[in-house]
Amino acid sequence: MMKILVALKRVPDPDTRIRVKEGVLDLDGVKFAVNPFDAIALEQAIRMREQLGDVEVVVVSIGTGDCVEQLRLGLAMGADRALLISGAEAPDSLSVARILADVYRRERPDLVLMGKQAIDDDSNQAGQMLAALLGIGQATFVSKIELVDGRSSACCARETDGGIETITVRLPAVVTTDLRLNEPRYVSLPGIMKARKKPLEEIQLTDPTLKAPARTRVLKLESPPPRKAGIRVRTVDELVEKLRNEAKVI
Amino acid sequence: MEKVLVISEHEGGRLRRHTLSAVAFAAKVAAESGGRFEILVLGEGMGEVAGELRSYGAAAILVGDHADLRHPVADKHGWMIARIARERGATMVVAAASTFSKDILPRSAALMDAGMLSDVVGISMTGGEAEFKRIMFAGNVIATVKLDGAVRFLTVRSAAFVHPVPGADVSPVVELSVPVSELPSLIEYGSREVRVTGRPDPTEARVVVSGGRGVKNAEDFERLIGGLADAFGGAAGSSRALVDAGIVPNSLQVGQTGKIVAPDLYVAVGISGAIQHMAGMKDTKVIVAINKDPDAPIFEVADFGIVGDAYQLVPELIEKVKAK
Ligand SMILES: Cc1cc2nc3c(=O)[nH]c(=O)nc-3n(C[C@H](O)[C@H](O)[C@H](O)COP(=O)(O)OP(=O)(O)OC[C@H]3O[C@@H](n4cnc5c(N)ncnc54)[C@H](O)[C@@H]3O)c2cc1C
Repeated sequence: MMKILVALKRVPDPDTRIRVKEGVLDLDGVKFAVNPFDAIALEQAIRMREQLGDVEVVVVSIGTGDCVEQLRLGLAMGADRALLISGAEAPDSLSVARILADVYRRERPDLVLMGKQAIDDDSNQAGQMLAALLGIGQATFVSKIELVDGRSSACCARETDGGIETITVRLPAVVTTDLRLNEPRYVSLPGIMKARKKPLEEIQLTDPTLKAPARTRVLKLESPPPRKAGIRVRTVDELVEKLRNEAKVI
Repeated sequence: MEKVLVISEHEGGRLRRHTLSAVAFAAKVAAESGGRFEILVLGEGMGEVAGELRSYGAAAILVGDHADLRHPVADKHGWMIARIARERGATMVVAAASTFSKDILPRSAALMDAGMLSDVVGISMTGGEAEFKRIMFAGNVIATVKLDGAVRFLTVRSAAFVHPVPGADVSPVVELSVPVSELPSLIEYGSREVRVTGRPDPTEARVVVSGGRGVKNAEDFERLIGGLADAFGGAAGSSRALVDAGIVPNSLQVGQTGKIVAPDLYVAVGISGAIQHMAGMKDTKVIVAINKDPDAPIFEVADFGIVGDAYQLVPELIEKVKAK
């Protein structure tokens, strides 16, 4: 039996423009979603179960009761069971990694699948930090995974700045997903019905070391200055003239 | 008094230019805090890269040169960086934001129980303490953040820190020993697809011409987007749509989750202007949008917009840019 742990983060819907109002995030009326990269991670885990058969897919989220919504969505997509880690603040990637390391030690998965970044804070760190804390391998920005050597390793294609790179990482490992790995399935009505009966366990963190203060302290939030309005040009000649003589960029 | 360790990035034995933005950051921190900075070069056959870095005022160029470090795999490089940061008593470890640094630095940070900030765009020293600025929520929020702890890890956006001008070659080169038997061995490097175009990387060009779903296929992309990029002597980029469609490689994707660019001129051709795309290019000096839909959101950030069919406008633009 192979076990795959997938971390799901609750984030604002990717298509809403978040604003700052009087120094705080204005989340009034904002809808929430599963971080899109995490949905890709879960889709990958479900596909591996469909392909290999004897795979258990466990989803985990750190946060308040609100995250139950995203965990239920994960179960509706096809995860087998869900864990809600409450009683812990996870304001930065290192805290997330510490808490997930604790979950890892309880669950002993063969593979941890995570999104490469969360689209709210765009840190792109938690998976790598988790792998380091556990002393296991990592493959980041992955667009293809294939289990090799009798499922003891994963051959991964990674999307790097210079193009596609392939590496083979020994399992257990943390793999973080990029956009091209797959297209997550839609949640079906029968899926939602089934999800209601699947186990969702809440774990209250009591280990004081996991409540270690975060390394990051946010002092201030502000909106970027708006770009000044531009103009429409009618012809290519006019455009070239503006670029040459007004903007002086050519 | 900060002691900054800059992690250099190189490819094919050549320095990646954006390393110099991390050097600029480190020089600023060192100057303002009365500290110093060193630059680390890990790899194999690093003589030339190390030599080139000697002229930027670093207290030392540290070189870990070994065959086992030839490929930038996260387990080995992450471990080496943490070890050297510890040995040198670094208070900050910084690299230019890229898939290289984002893969490796968080690993080193966790090994040192250190906090990290990605994509830093500003720093100020207030009362001897560093405050960093970074972008969140797809470019819609700027956060001012402090990092606690004895050592802090950072990646910086290359466009936010102007490359320093080289001076005299004065930084001494220090060869470090590489404890080969202690290096972890969890990841085996396979291969890297070879880049085919002769064009610069979108993050390193003065002009970027990007194509979106309005461009139908790879031939049209090469003719229209590649052609216009060449006319400007710039780079080609794209929206996510064309990468997903397999029309262009992932290395061209500009956006929140691709490459962040801030060139002098960005030309968006057949790109609607989704939040995620704009997060990757809206710090450009001059934005030009070419789109057949007059209501496309890209026009809201464009300095010069032209409504029309890219298939007619772009060939004419190529001609006229070339004509001078
Ligand atoms: C998690 C996540 C991450 C993402 N990351 C990124 C990212 O990093 N970068 C990114 O770009 N996107 C990203 N996206 C996708 C983004 O939301 C948009 O879907 C994408 O940017 C749209 O690409 P497009 O503008 O090319 O296509 P479309 O939105 O389909 O727009 C095509 C445009 O072309 C115009 N057009 C069509 N034909 C012509 C013609 N002949 N002449 C002129 N104009 C024409 C149309 O009017 C339209 O405005 C991400 C999405 C998610 C959910």
